[in-house]
Amino acid sequence: MKRRYVGKMFPYMMKMLVQKPDTIDYPHHHAHVAEHFRGALKFEQDKCIGCKLCTRVCPANAISIEKVPDEEKKYKAIVFMDKCIFCGQCVDSCPKKALHNSEDFELASMSRDKLRREI
Amino acid sequence: MGKIVVPFGPQHPALEEPESFSLLLEGERVAAAAVALGYNHRGMEKACESKTYIQNIYLLERICGICSHAHSTCYVESVESLAGIEIPRRAAYLRSLIGELERIHSHLLFLGVAGHEIGFMTFFMYAWKDREIVMDLLEDLTGNRINYGMNTIGGVRRDISPEQCERVLKAMDQLEERTKYYQQVATEEETMLGRLAGIGVLSREDGLRLGAQGPVLRASGVARDVRRDDPYDAYSELDVRVATDTHADVYGRVVVRVLELMESYRLIREIVKNLPEGPISVKAPVKIPAGEAISRVEAPRGEDVHYTRSNGTDKPERVKVRAPTLANLAAITNMIEGGYLADVPIVIAAIDPCFSCTDRTVKLVRAESGENRTIDWQGLRQYGIDWYRKQGIDMEKIKISRKDM
Amino acid sequence: MGLSLFHMLVFPGFLFLGALSLALEFADRKLYARMQNRVGPPWYQPLADMIKLASKESIIPRNADKHIFRAIPAVALAATCAAFLYIPITGAESLYPFSGDLIVVLYFLTIPTLTFFLAGWFSSSLYAELGAIRAMTQFFAYEVPLYMSLLGPALLAGTWSLSGVAAFYNAHPALTLVNLPGLFVALFATQGKLERVPFDIPDAETEIVGGTFTEYSGRYLAMFRMAVDSELAVMAALISAVFLPFFPVNPWLGLAAFLVKVLFVVFLLTLMRTALARLRIDQMVSFCWKVLAPVSLAQILIDLIVKGALHV
Repeated sequence: MKRRYVGKMFPYMMKMLVQKPDTIDYPHHHAHVAEHFRGALKFEQDKCIGCKLCTRVCPANAISIEKVPDEEKKYKAIVFMDKCIFCGQCVDSCPKKALHNSEDFELASMSRDKLRREI
Repeated sequence: MGKIVVPFGPQHPALEEPESFSLLLEGERVAAAAVALGYNHRGMEKACESKTYIQNIYLLERICGICSHAHSTCYVESVESLAGIEIPRRAAYLRSLIGELERIHSHLLFLGVAGHEIGFMTFFMYAWKDREIVMDLLEDLTGNRINYGMNTIGGVRRDISPEQCERVLKAMDQLEERTKYYQQVATEEETMLGRLAGIGVLSREDGLRLGAQGPVLRASGVARDVRRDDPYDAYSELDVRVATDTHADVYGRVVVRVLELMESYRLIREIVKNLPEGPISVKAPVKIPAGEAISRVEAPRGEDVHYTRSNGTDKPERVKVRAPTLANLAAITNMIEGGYLADVPIVIAAIDPCFSCTDRTVKLVRAESGENRTIDWQGLRQYGIDWYRKQGIDMEKIKISRKDM
Repeated sequence: MGLSLFHMLVFPGFLFLGALSLALEFADRKLYARMQNRVGPPWYQPLADMIKLASKESIIPRNADKHIFRAIPAVALAATCAAFLYIPITGAESLYPFSGDLIVVLYFLTIPTLTFFLAGWFSSSLYAELGAIRAMTQFFAYEVPLYMSLLGPALLAGTWSLSGVAAFYNAHPALTLVNLPGLFVALFATQGKLERVPFDIPDAETEIVGGTFTEYSGRYLAMFRMAVDSELAVMAALISAVFLPFFPVNPWLGLAAFLVKVLFVVFLLTLMRTALARLRIDQMVSFCWKVLAPVSLAQILIDLIVKGALHV
């Protein structure tokens, strides 16, 4: 039977008192993000062919592809950041690999209109 | 002080998710308890019927933040058995790897929450600091800290590189050392043992009769684990040792989860060592042939069951989810009654409740007459308006100002 | 007259007590955070909390007794401020020493606990009533060991005046070692009085939401928090005056010594807060009556024996 006593955590607590803390002072220090983090979407206009597969597979109806007026075979992508769930299915489904996830996660905004942006 | 009825929830600092427990108190003792569900019902099963199979993976993943990979794996397995496709071995191993990492993350979260409920904030902070190691590892492997999005029909979406394997093994060494320390604290610290031992007792017979699952049942001495009894993914080739304990109280559940943590470290090392080469997915058809399938996995909280029925189109006809906490909830009233009010939070935390998982459609039947009633959307809206009118509030006068909602 | 008014209101009176209690709350929270591997709050956090609370709306429940609801926080704060006047700060003598002021200080410190009970009872909320009952039960458990542990050293010193006790131990510092069991009991009983872990049962957030303070908000809650903080300062000063003798004659050195001793006591209390889990009320009562009370009785016995031996 192990002995039971009060204050088992004392030694470790004392060690922690003199060590550097593990939490960071965000936003004064930048948070660490992994390499392939699924952040905000980025679009490469030259590769897009306008097949609209991404709009069909999106679970949240968050992306729409529109034709750029007065230009041949040019499309723009409009993303609703407030609906996007950052699953990356559009990235996987695009046949020309025109979409990819960036590492940007600081997307808070004061108005809903600013979240519906062209990328 | 007579008998009073104290509402424990739905909003309460002890509960992470809303659930209503009404306790009848005599002084500090709980004489009777009643549970009311349904505060987290979001209509997910109905929403599944209007989305394609691939879109449903992301929807069902978000049933719960902590057991998201378990739900996603279970659903994908039932769809794969309907479509009749077999995933490559490498994909099965990667799915198990993420599943075990999720189990570690969930059990470390439980240790922290248990510490928080008994007022031991230091333990909570230390356990969640170690959880950060696992979260960073998962972010490295899958791209997100929770809701991993790793599964697709026919395999997994991302591969793992040898450097990532190295990082996984190093993290396992770190975590194993920390978990041994927590094992010592949980068994030797007097104030903690005083709050955990002898509380919330669920005997073996009661557990089997009420349908308890997962660590709750394993703490009462029943060795039941889906990974060993009905192996899926890579578990048929791995040797899973089921952790049990005979204490049958909250202390036993803590011990079982710590033992499962050590077992998970061992399993992950084995998975990474024996990872087979090959493709990570096979092509899956868009339209799934008609049929119905049931699949089950061992979520961190117990046995998770999914049922899918397809009718030959690209959208499922019916998806049903039975989360393990729904089965454990029946045992709660048994465990709370007769105990102290001060023990209610830790007993509830010891079944590791995930009420987001629990609240799906359940058919309710009136106890006296056995009848049940179905009501459609318009009828429900009118019922709500009438109810509020009786209270003196006229809902029809409320103006909706947002046009795009 | 003007000088004594200055002493009472500014230093070492109410303003000094306010600044000291805010500083001690910061020290407590920073140490607590650092031991848990976190960064912790900046130095102005307790002051910012008070200002924020005071600027929020104060909601009084409809069924609660309005006048008592408003008066109780002020009574609690007033009691701790009054107790602080009799504790030696810049030397072995307090502001207005008289024989028996140790008992008066202890009596003043009982009032905050009564106000916590009244606050919960008159709030007309279930959780507050439960918290109030627990506060009273806890009061019956820790009060007797606390009194006995503080009266033991006074017996040895042969005086009921706090300043006299401090002066006695300043003259015979070796005798403080006799009082070590009393220090141990006093620290545990202080955790009970201040309602901190492991004895924060009346205010158990995860069980009864807010305990006795559930219905309090705005400036009344700010006053209550100030009362709790100043109780910490007063209890720490009391323990350091009775058990830790070192009172230099120079007033500035005396003030510095006072601050160091009080910080040390707060450090010990924070250690207890960090390392232990919360007890249940029945466990707490049995711990106080089965462990703390016998030890404090033994302390009184030891003190009587030593007193007899010294004067033989």
